[in-house]
Amino acid sequence: MLTLTAQREALESGGLSSTELVTSALGAAEGRGRELGAVVGLRAEAALVDAAQSDARRSSDEVRSPLEGIPLLLKDNMVMKGEATTCASRILEPFVSPYDSTVVERLQAAGAIILGRANMDEFAMGASTENSIFGPAHNPWDSTRSTGGSSGGPAAAVAAGITGFALGSDTGGSIRQPASFCGVVGLKPTYGRVSRWGLVAFASSLDQIGPFSHSARECAWVLEAIAGHDPRDSTSIPEPPPALDAALTGELDGIRIGLPREYFIDDGADPEVLSRVREAVSELEAGGAKVVEVSLPHTPYVVSTYYLVATAEASSNLARYDGVRYGRRTESPRDLDEMYRRSRSEGFGAEVKRRILLGTYVLSAGYFDAYYKKAQQVRTLVRSDFEAAFEVCDVIAGPTYPEVAFPIGAKIDDPVSLYLGDIYTVSANLAGLPGISLPCGRSQGLPVGLQLLGRALDEATLLRVADAFQRRTDHHLDFPPCASAAATGGRAAP
Amino acid sequence: MTRDLDRILEHVDQLQSLNTDGIECTAHAIPLETPIRPDRAAVPIDPELALANAPHREGSAFVVPRVIDGEES
Repeated sequence: MLTLTAQREALESGGLSSTELVTSALGAAEGRGRELGAVVGLRAEAALVDAAQSDARRSSDEVRSPLEGIPLLLKDNMVMKGEATTCASRILEPFVSPYDSTVVERLQAAGAIILGRANMDEFAMGASTENSIFGPAHNPWDSTRSTGGSSGGPAAAVAAGITGFALGSDTGGSIRQPASFCGVVGLKPTYGRVSRWGLVAFASSLDQIGPFSHSARECAWVLEAIAGHDPRDSTSIPEPPPALDAALTGELDGIRIGLPREYFIDDGADPEVLSRVREAVSELEAGGAKVVEVSLPHTPYVVSTYYLVATAEASSNLARYDGVRYGRRTESPRDLDEMYRRSRSEGFGAEVKRRILLGTYVLSAGYFDAYYKKAQQVRTLVRSDFEAAFEVCDVIAGPTYPEVAFPIGAKIDDPVSLYLGDIYTVSANLAGLPGISLPCGRSQGLPVGLQLLGRALDEATLLRVADAFQRRTDHHLDFPPCASAAATGGRAAP
Repeated sequence: MTRDLDRILEHVDQLQSLNTDGIECTAHAIPLETPIRPDRAAVPIDPELALANAPHREGSAFVVPRVIDGEES
């Protein structure tokens, strides 16, 4: 299979054209991508037109960026003019976007080729990509297992070699956890680093767009292309996009890796997952990093805090789906109230309804202080934990998720158990910090993710450590058996 | 659904055991000032495009069911 790096080299050496790459990726997307439930929509003709234009630019020495001519998939919650965006929801099934998201504009300005849309949990609510009108996504390592979620489609597509990179969104771990399950790299940048303009809102103070690929360096190329201030997103950080590629020196000397003692307790993660993570930390230490113990004392409270903040914001954001201006409207409502009620009852799935109800409840007059305000206060304590930890370390390491990919169907009827799995990922969203999940070996034959968290706006150090780890190991070159066939459009068994 | 919501609320009630007296709220993790832009006229979205997704429209209007009782619909 061809990674983003290999695709770039093939284009630069003239070994492959963008048209050839896109043709091959479309074949793989139609075949393996659909079988895995990873790909939910393709713009085949338009992508081939874009590829021909990219080839013309390359032949006249007008290459725009390292992503020139390289195909990608977007999670189905980032809009593109003239294309459908469904958020894997019945309520947005008929929607065609009248405008481009900022990430689409920037990827196109970088010369990348948008192939189509990838599967997700409805409105990004879930951790298994099972809450989707398109049906579940299947893990390329074992098709009976979950891809994780909510960005399961993009993660599976990259793992299966359908595209070299993809974009997802991360509100509580929705990039990092599926990256961990599917054995790829997933980066959640600092909150505000990438514009949310044109990203369908779930929880606006937590949502952030980021890339999936096979290496930290590839994620750096993508982040350089999509990051930077955008006046259309008032929470976009007014800083120029970071220069990341140059920061990846392979150097670990002087880097202090913090291990939170709350992440390595006996009744926490699966022991084999913790073993892989400890081995990865030892590798960083052998490379010159110093390991220090840190404490994030409010870790036991982060899941509750997250689910109060996220559902409150979601209940407000999703009020816009009323069947008036866009999206699905129920048939022949008698009056306005019935139109709202039936359009929303028919349009939203069970998990989205659960979260809207919970969010509405915790924002209601009698319960606001006890739930929402309390959660916002605990959010301050969580931020303070990280501030204290980053006094003595530069990067925090731990598992991305307590276990490897669970079987499809195993947790869908037990929302609390599914929510509790988010314990290592939601803190980065609550505190606005950048985080990355890297493959660090396998357990039960399935990939394990190492999570690294960095200081706000310090993606450079985070990616430097991640890249140094990948220079010393080859876990990121461990591909599922289906991947090599997928890159040529074949349909090998998983 | 009600059983799930009860279980979720039971779990989040653990926050009540934390003393948060005097702790400020965090609404946004990254402190940002409200940006102010120049008040300049710009070209708005084409009304045809804005209405293209309407489930029911008439001319340049979104049509909804009767809102006030007794009105002709």
